[in-house]
Amino acid sequence: MSTVAAAHDDHDHHHAPTGLKRWLFSTNHKDIGTLYLWFSFAMFLAGGFMAMIIRAELIEPGMQFVDPEFFNQMTTVHGLTMVFGAVMPGFVGLANWLIPLMIGAPDMALPRMNNWSFWILPFAFTILLSSVLLSAFGHGNPSAPNFGWTFYAPLSTKYGPASTDLFILSVHMMGISSIMGAINVIVTVFNLRAPGMTLMKMPLFVWTWLITAFLLIAVMPVLAGAVTMMLTDRHFGTSFFDAAGGGDPVLFQHVFWFFGHPEVYIMILPAFGIVSAIIPTFARKQLFGYASMVYATASIALLSFVVWAHHMFTVGMPLAGTLFFMYMTMLISVPTGVKVFNWVATMWRGSMTFELPMKWAITFVILFTCGGLSGLMLAITPVDFQYHDTYFVVAHFHYVLVSGAVFTMFAAAYYWLPKWSGMMPNKVLGELHFWNSLISVNLLFFPMHFVGLAGMPRRYADYALQFADYNFWISIGGFWFGLSQLFFLAVCLQCALKKGEKAEAKPWDGAEGLEWEVPSPAPFHTFDTPPVVK
Amino acid sequence: MQSTLFHRMAVGLTSLMISGLATASDWAERSDHNLRPGVTAVAQEVHGLHNTVLWIVSIIGLLVFGLILISMIRHRRSKHPTPATFHENIFLEVLWTIIPFIILIAMAVPATRVLIELDDTADSELTVKVTGYRWRWGYEYLTYQDDNDVGVSFISSLATPPEQYENPVLSGGLFPYGTAKDRVGTPPQDKDHNYMLEVDNPLVIPSGQKVRFLVTSDDVIHSFWIPDFGGKKDAIPGFVNETWALVPEGEEGTYYGQCAELCGKNHAFMPIMVNVVTQDEFQDWLAQKKEEAAAAPDLTPFESLDAAMEVGEKVYASNCALCHGQNGEGGIGLPFAGDDFAIKPEHREEHIHVVLEGRNAMPAFKGQLTPKDIAAVITYERNAWGNDSGDLIQPEDVHEEE
Repeated sequence: MSTVAAAHDDHDHHHAPTGLKRWLFSTNHKDIGTLYLWFSFAMFLAGGFMAMIIRAELIEPGMQFVDPEFFNQMTTVHGLTMVFGAVMPGFVGLANWLIPLMIGAPDMALPRMNNWSFWILPFAFTILLSSVLLSAFGHGNPSAPNFGWTFYAPLSTKYGPASTDLFILSVHMMGISSIMGAINVIVTVFNLRAPGMTLMKMPLFVWTWLITAFLLIAVMPVLAGAVTMMLTDRHFGTSFFDAAGGGDPVLFQHVFWFFGHPEVYIMILPAFGIVSAIIPTFARKQLFGYASMVYATASIALLSFVVWAHHMFTVGMPLAGTLFFMYMTMLISVPTGVKVFNWVATMWRGSMTFELPMKWAITFVILFTCGGLSGLMLAITPVDFQYHDTYFVVAHFHYVLVSGAVFTMFAAAYYWLPKWSGMMPNKVLGELHFWNSLISVNLLFFPMHFVGLAGMPRRYADYALQFADYNFWISIGGFWFGLSQLFFLAVCLQCALKKGEKAEAKPWDGAEGLEWEVPSPAPFHTFDTPPVVK
Repeated sequence: MQSTLFHRMAVGLTSLMISGLATASDWAERSDHNLRPGVTAVAQEVHGLHNTVLWIVSIIGLLVFGLILISMIRHRRSKHPTPATFHENIFLEVLWTIIPFIILIAMAVPATRVLIELDDTADSELTVKVTGYRWRWGYEYLTYQDDNDVGVSFISSLATPPEQYENPVLSGGLFPYGTAKDRVGTPPQDKDHNYMLEVDNPLVIPSGQKVRFLVTSDDVIHSFWIPDFGGKKDAIPGFVNETWALVPEGEEGTYYGQCAELCGKNHAFMPIMVNVVTQDEFQDWLAQKKEEAAAAPDLTPFESLDAAMEVGEKVYASNCALCHGQNGEGGIGLPFAGDDFAIKPEHREEHIHVVLEGRNAMPAFKGQLTPKDIAAVITYERNAWGNDSGDLIQPEDVHEEE
């Protein structure tokens, strides 16, 4: 049997599969990574399109384009698509491409599971997004999920539309996919490191992903539990979240946010790893405080399990509970601060150049810090009673997720595209993408702080007149930011279609790491014999 | 009041915040870019805390961004070709762990104090039960001073007319629906100053007396939020939350709020409006309301179908159209137009029963509407849009069913 398998491998080696089969049946970490990344980008555009509908409706007071019901469906599915379709698969795609290259492994440890965990996703999202199409072309009834991406009970249980069941099924599928992806990362990192690659020599991207993978395994089952309880509440007569049957709607929020807060770090920890790779490269100076970066990441991950209730300060928790969650939440800013200071210290007295990846990385440090600081404000419970569920919160989490997580994925793309595709990303398109995104993202999200403080609640289809001026500019920023992403699409196509300047094996002179020791583009199989790390 | 060093610093910084000063002078003028200073003492403390924290994070931010900027200018390759080689410094790393920790403690102390204050609902003189409905608020006055059975309650709905907020620009697709269809292409009506904030029956409370709100919900989770009173509290079905407000004497006036937890389609359309009046005025108002409540319900029959239809149309527009469609075409609720339920005589009693008691997501209107209004609206639903059942429901029929 083993001889046959070996012969088969050998056969693959010389004739890489082509056509549809190459992608459908792929067990190659690079191909699967590519699939994940394109999928993530497609979902980013789809979710962005929904955001444009939201911003079109909010450009001035009054209902102009959609009715409030469809507006709610847009905010809901926009959030779900971005979180589960764009950000999470995007980072899994990066993990697939980079972790084996960075630790000197020939592939992910569980390649068939890798294939499965990707191919679940298109089906999960077909199920979720089909409910939107049904709604858009079905005169508003049947409705797509319309209860916000946080799907609080009883709005999503007793009062949920029929499509809630489609939503539950698709969340289950996404959860299975994420768990398998996480298992794969953990097994790969623990088993396939090249000789000499000790844990404390691993690039930070591998470290942050390892920790993220543990978070995923810990919390995705909790999400699955939450949606299963919803399902039985809806159809099998249970009352987990219904006070009339002895349940508690607030229990839903506790369960959801026990998943939801670690989820926030799932979406940002890999970003920390990416920035920790890019800044030293272009500062031409070793990362400051490698060990403290690892410990800070681990402590952020641990703390993320004891802060969930800061999302629900207004549900009427006992004073002692509220105080506990306030203190713990404030505490998270210490390790996060350590990270920011470390990046600044890495730049300090370096010899910096500002190629595209560095531009995105520095923008990340600044704008993520903005989001972190407004997060600290939100942690202060008495003031959170005013901020809670306003646009201030919307501004905060878009600063950490868009100019945080998404911007680092752009940074990663510009940094590693030469390795992935063998082509240098077009500089003119790249600069246009960067500068347009930088200006428009701030026009889009910064005024949200103002309208939020002034009292505009989130998820509002229409609003009082004092919010009108800023909302106009927010919408302009939104359309501008959305259109700017087409430059990035052009860059990706340019690299995928092999147009433009060819890349060297190591296109960045300050770059370090095993991935730069293989040719560009990285061959189908790398590190068949493990490299030796000194 | 305790006056810590930190509190004084907060006050000092607050006075620097131009926006805070601008809105503090005129309650009617609404800030469009910063937290409202608040009218109750505790809301003003929250505002002070907000300013303090905002200053702290702004200074931290500027320091960090300043360092990045200096580094980007001075340590670029053209200026600084040879990079330094340091990559750790225990002293620095311990320092930037400990200093943020100290700053956090400095913020946690006043935050804890204000939180404890906000939590204290004891010794209130007026208790009002606030109930969230999809999509209106219900207010029930439970106790006032020595009176433990006030027995005054009413429903408060958005007063902004659809002509102001339905401004469809497209003629097909999802929108416009209902009566908005007729408005495609017509210029939108001017919006009032209190657009999306005004209601038909505002909450009325006295100044100078502590008011306790018992917040709950009849259906999904809502959140009761009046920014000037210093925060929000979720309205959760099956549970009762407490919050309170004490508006000082001399600050009588109208205060606005909004629902702050997604509660479905018309989440943005259920504002809160509070009239704060002097204690004398409040007592007069309450006496009048009690009188109205004590009076036997008006059961005089409608003289004709048309008379009932006329009343019913208005009741339908403000209570039923949100779910059942402005032309009875249905939506979240079932359709009426051309539906057997609203035409066939065998469903007549059932129709009255469902309106009174509710069914599934349909709320119970008993207690929200008078028998006369309920009779009128059922008559309307059974005769409008070509239903023409000819049924005339009289207030007495509804009262019997109750």
